[in-house]
Amino acid sequence: MAKFRIKRFNPEKQADPYYEEFDFEIPEGATLLDCLNHIKWNMDGALTYRMSCRSAICGSCAVKGNGHALLACQKQAAHLLKDGSDTITIEPLGNMPVIKDLVTDFKQFWEKIDQVKPYLQNNEKPPAQEREQSPQQFKKIDDATTCIMCGACYSDCQVLAVDNKFLGPAALAKAQRFVGDSRDQATRERVKELSKPGGMWDCTHCAECVERCPKPAEPFYRIKGLMESALKEGVTNNVGARHALSFVNSVKHSGRLNENKIPIESMGYFNIKGLLDLLPVGLRMLLKMKIPPIIHKPIDDVKDVQRIFEEFGE
Amino acid sequence: MIKHDVLIVGAGLAGMRAALEVCKELDVGLLTKVYPSRSHSGAAQGGIAAALGNSEDDSWEEHMFDTVKGGDYLNDQDAVEEYVKAAPEVIYELEHMGCAFSRTEDGKIAQRSFGGHSKPRACFSADRTGHAILHALHEQVLKHAKSIKVYSEWYMHQLVVEEGRCCGVVVSNIRTGEVEVIHAKAVIFATGGYGRVFQITTNAFAGTADGAIAAFRAGVPLEDCEFVQFHPSGLYRQGILFSEAARGEGGYLLNGKGERFMEQYAPSRMELAPRDIVARAEQSEIDAGRGVNGEDYIHLDLRHLGEARIMERLPQIRQLGIDFIGVDCVKDPLPIQPSAHYSMGGIPTDMFGQVIIDADKTPLKGFFAAGECACVSVHGANRLGTNSLLDATVFGGRAGRTALEYAKKVEFGKINGSHEKARVLDQIEEIFQRDGTESYNQIRNEMKEVMMDKCGVFRDEENLKSCISTIQGLKERYKKGKVTDKGQLFNSELYEIVELGNMLEMAEIISTAALARQESRGGHHRTDFPKRDDENFLKHSLVYPKDGQLELKYKPVVVTRYQPKERTY
Ligand SMILES: Cc1cc2nc3c(=O)[nH]c(=O)nc-3n(C[C@H](O)[C@H](O)[C@H](O)COP(=O)(O)OP(=O)(O)OC[C@H]3O[C@@H](n4cnc5c(N)ncnc54)[C@H](O)[C@@H]3O)c2cc1C
Ligand code: SF4
Ligand code: SF4
Ligand code: FES
Repeated sequence: MAKFRIKRFNPEKQADPYYEEFDFEIPEGATLLDCLNHIKWNMDGALTYRMSCRSAICGSCAVKGNGHALLACQKQAAHLLKDGSDTITIEPLGNMPVIKDLVTDFKQFWEKIDQVKPYLQNNEKPPAQEREQSPQQFKKIDDATTCIMCGACYSDCQVLAVDNKFLGPAALAKAQRFVGDSRDQATRERVKELSKPGGMWDCTHCAECVERCPKPAEPFYRIKGLMESALKEGVTNNVGARHALSFVNSVKHSGRLNENKIPIESMGYFNIKGLLDLLPVGLRMLLKMKIPPIIHKPIDDVKDVQRIFEEFGE
Repeated sequence: MIKHDVLIVGAGLAGMRAALEVCKELDVGLLTKVYPSRSHSGAAQGGIAAALGNSEDDSWEEHMFDTVKGGDYLNDQDAVEEYVKAAPEVIYELEHMGCAFSRTEDGKIAQRSFGGHSKPRACFSADRTGHAILHALHEQVLKHAKSIKVYSEWYMHQLVVEEGRCCGVVVSNIRTGEVEVIHAKAVIFATGGYGRVFQITTNAFAGTADGAIAAFRAGVPLEDCEFVQFHPSGLYRQGILFSEAARGEGGYLLNGKGERFMEQYAPSRMELAPRDIVARAEQSEIDAGRGVNGEDYIHLDLRHLGEARIMERLPQIRQLGIDFIGVDCVKDPLPIQPSAHYSMGGIPTDMFGQVIIDADKTPLKGFFAAGECACVSVHGANRLGTNSLLDATVFGGRAGRTALEYAKKVEFGKINGSHEKARVLDQIEEIFQRDGTESYNQIRNEMKEVMMDKCGVFRDEENLKSCISTIQGLKERYKKGKVTDKGQLFNSELYEIVELGNMLEMAEIISTAALARQESRGGHHRTDFPKRDDENFLKHSLVYPKDGQLELKYKPVVVTRYQPKERTY
């Protein structure tokens, strides 16, 4: 017997959410969506969630299973019963307001997609036939185009949890789909726009979104692609890009990070306000004895590190 | 009351392509019960047809002939000609919008083989073609947000027809439960197919015949509904699709004895014969006890293709097998069975998307339809794979253009908004008031089972009669169900009940048309009339509503270039 512990919420009836349990034997091969349907059609018709394709392509059915976002239709329910536990906890996606039970409001999610100008920009008159694109160029956007807009990455992104101005993984992945497209002509404007606060450099590289993504879209890898494009385009006059460059310089120079220098270079030496903003961080670190040693000693095999950089042409 | 020059119901390929046409000059509302990007067009895997000739010489004439032969000569050939001629331009247009296509070495759109097509004609984006096109169109809709107002998660209940002219629709905002009337000069339906009527289907839960039945209840007949395509490779028991591309790339079909049984049924085309033929071959093997382990399934074997090719061309199919049944097609064959896939029939239109209600092509003014919910008819008795994404795109655009031209010429029609709204409110209230003991789930399951068993791949008079009477019984029981959720907010139970009502109606229409067609043609196979009968049945069926009953009429097929011949592969 498995217990489905579901977070319920219906503001028409009750102001606060609560958990309700449904017990039954998981039929062999049943997906989590099959189980939700079983509950809705046999136990409680009021249980509310989205679904349509039941084949992991429409992006409707993302929910949290045992705390992590997933597609209900793609997950074998039995696989959620780990370590002898008999309970599966199902909750709505995070980082979005809940409308009812497992249905969340995607308004902000879509607004952020809108913000990245999610369409091909190319002002040339198209040829009479197709624009040419090599298989290698297609390959570059192949993975990014697989996004089904399910919101799983958005739900579990740590940065969004504290800063809802962050564009978030899905919108950034969508942006990279055009930045990487040989037919798009707006790369420079796009990466400039995406380098503003709330953009690519606010990502903390935790790669949670890669874990959660049910498709090869895997947003963090796309975000890395954006960062590379930004540096290549010379769009470096911003905190994030300077942080990345400073990081590279520091490692190349001494074989290790100069953590004192990085924050300052990242903010730009002439950005007085930004530097002042950093001050409390430094002070706090000092107080907690976390500040790195003031004298930055090259590590022994710095030559090797420098050689690695040369090999990779930086 | 909400007002738009043109209101489109459905935001799959057909609906969005129509919206992009209308928005060039007029204000348009685009209404859909799921988010546009969640429309079932996105599930299409294999490809979209056009005689581009990128990998082998090809011509529209060959595309036309293949389509007509594949459709067992029930296609209207004047429409087919326009359609195949329009194909290349439509593909280039999608490409220019930004749609991602797989490519040849010289940078052109790659094309592969598909069942029933004599040339490699399927343009594709790995095995996610529908998804790539759906998102490309959605991107354009987002780009034109100023002139296209999208109503996501709104449910269309009924059509408003006043004095022979369509003037709008009655809808619910699913999120709030509010019922509204949308007043429009022209309405386009692009509501997709209705495979959910059958037990085993490749269609999404949203494929419930709402559009077709709303039209029917407004007095529009439904054309050729007996022709339902069963896809040869739905996942056993579930129906989740493994694209025909798997066979296009060279996959084998094996029976329980490990034989490539297509040798017995279509020796020249083998696994790539048209779907109706392959599905019947599979069902015959299963019925003869030659399914795998004597069960109701056969094997789709891809192992000889090798991991590299599978990963390049069929990555999603591999993942589906792993996720849904734990079978990795690189190492093991996939269990499959015929699954209801595509509705050849639907709302009758001319080749410009105008809905026509009889053999004389009388238009229902202001009402247009395109995509799978419509019947032009370019597919005749059996649609070839990759021809329906093309259908949705070509005729979506055309219906948009025709509706636009119409709406530019006319004023808003008169409409009694409060009366129309009250009708829908009453229906909802009636459902809420029902206090019976019947389980809607049970009714739905019984409908799906009987349609699969008795109105499926093989049909005969006795079974069809029994099917119709079962459906009629279910319609009675449907009135005695019980609701749990009587709230306004996102009441998905309510819409499922309304959809079930639509499906029951549709099931009766399909089986009634199937009973009347005493021949076998394309997707409709009668074991008691196993031959095609051009003398009596080279004609389209039209089912009308009449005093709560169904009335059958027919209209002729348009034959231009290709005279009916025996169909062998
Ligand atoms: C699994 C699968 C694979 C396929 N593969 C291929 C292929 O490779 N090549 C090919 O050519 N064809 C393929 N097909 C067929 C093809 O995908 C469809 O015929 C086509 O996409 C239909 O497009 P459409 O725009 O008519 O409808 P859909 O994309 O189904 O859209 C229907 C729209 O109507 C809306 N709607 C319906 N009812 C209501 C209502 N009551 N109120 C509001 N909105 C409503 C829905 O929300 C949706 O937006 C495949 C089909 C399936 C099921
Ligand atoms: S890698 Fe970046 S975008 Fe992805 S979850 Fe972590 S912080 Fe969010
Ligand atoms: S990137 Fe992945 S997880 Fe995020 S919305 Fe797209 S498919 Fe879902
Ligand atoms: S129901 Fe479509 S992704 Fe799960």
